[in-house]
Amino acid sequence: MVGFGTSVSRPIYGRGPSPGLRFTVYALLSFTLMYLDQRADWSARIRYGLEAAAYPVQVAVNSPAATWRWLTSSFATRNALRAQNLQLQQHLHELELGQLRLQALEQENAHLRELHAALPPLAKHWLLAEVIGVEAVPLRQRLIINKGAHAGVHVNQPVVDGAGVLGQVVHVGPWSSEVILITDPEHALPVQITRNELRTIAVGSGSADELLLPYLAVNSDVKSGDVLVSSGLGGVFPAGFPVGRIIGVRREANQLLAQVRAEPLGRIASSREVMLIDFDPAHPAAPPAAAALAEGAEPVLVPIKPAAGSATGTARKPGAAASNAAARKPS
Amino acid sequence: MSSRESLLVILLTALFALVLSILPLPQWLTIIRPAFLVLVVLYWSTMTPYVAGLALGFVSGLALDVFQGSLLGEHALALSFVTYLAVRLNLLMRAKPLFEQSLYVFAALLIYELLLWVIDGWTGRSLSSWLRWIHTAIGALLWPVVAGVLGRFHAPR
Repeated sequence: MVGFGTSVSRPIYGRGPSPGLRFTVYALLSFTLMYLDQRADWSARIRYGLEAAAYPVQVAVNSPAATWRWLTSSFATRNALRAQNLQLQQHLHELELGQLRLQALEQENAHLRELHAALPPLAKHWLLAEVIGVEAVPLRQRLIINKGAHAGVHVNQPVVDGAGVLGQVVHVGPWSSEVILITDPEHALPVQITRNELRTIAVGSGSADELLLPYLAVNSDVKSGDVLVSSGLGGVFPAGFPVGRIIGVRREANQLLAQVRAEPLGRIASSREVMLIDFDPAHPAAPPAAAALAEGAEPVLVPIKPAAGSATGTARKPGAAASNAAARKPS
Repeated sequence: MSSRESLLVILLTALFALVLSILPLPQWLTIIRPAFLVLVVLYWSTMTPYVAGLALGFVSGLALDVFQGSLLGEHALALSFVTYLAVRLNLLMRAKPLFEQSLYVFAALLIYELLLWVIDGWTGRSLSSWLRWIHTAIGALLWPVVAGVLGRFHAPR
């Protein structure tokens, strides 16, 4: 045996190259894959194929839980269904009342902004998707949903539920997609405090019930209970979507930045169904990505350099049509 | 057992381990979940190094990359390297009692996680938490169980 061969790699069955040679080949292959996945855009196609291959296993792995949910819902008693129905009706009435007030406010807003026509609704399309899997890596907060490119899902599409922002799509397969949640440590979301319109960045903590706001100065006006909404600056989420509520502010005299924690408003850990939204680019609150998509541009996940100490981390790749500040993927 | 039969057993057990590795669990359980697939690949590459070698390690690693959404090739590289060590040291390890094998496995898992950690760091995805190292110790503790279960599937050498 050449190269790395010793007595151990003596070919007992007399076939194949030595393990050292094979390892070198596989290592080179791995490095090539990593390089392509990190640098080149066309590795998205490899991923697309691999996600397609992975889909049946994901469904199979999720099937016990799905079966259990199906069984419990099929054998729900009549009383439980009636109670749920009443509750839903109640909820619907509340929403209708809110909607009445909202329309009046929207008209007033349009009037104040001296717009002559009422604005179109912000969301052009929305798509309901079911969560079929949760990423199994500790600290990495990802979801797998059962809608993919065949249903029109695209990278950077915002994912929300009824209560608030959940995350955005990072990888799309033909029938499934991967969603990075706002609580993932790799995710940063430009937010605004509703009380005083203070803008900052909310970074995921790795735990499903906590967001961190690491870029607020000690003397900034922030307190527990403040509500965070998306500021619309990242180019992925529209302005004004509920994100979280501040649950803790710690100020230490010898530090420049306050330690601020928030809890997400979206039901990150318990959502079984999520909504994927496409925005109407004509609406002023729509993120610029929606406008770029409407022009037929390819959605591109623009990598953000993880520069130390950079507060916003919005470095745009030259020539990229769609922008993204929320996924802090390094280039 | 013919080598074709054992190849089938190897693939099935690896698939089962993959399912165990990606099964959705509450977060605290995912932190202590051992890397089942790595343990199974280690077992087969030490016990049957000429049937399940580096190819199994590479393909299993690639599967982990796909299912865990990590950088493509990251787990593939780490697992190929650990498999390479296992194939090279298989005679040394096979002669040891289970307890000492556990120590070898612990070292292998540490190397595996170290490679992942380094690659994560290079590519700016570092999750700088000590929690990611917990599974190495648990995997080593679990090694006698894994070896016992998988030992039933293949004839004594």
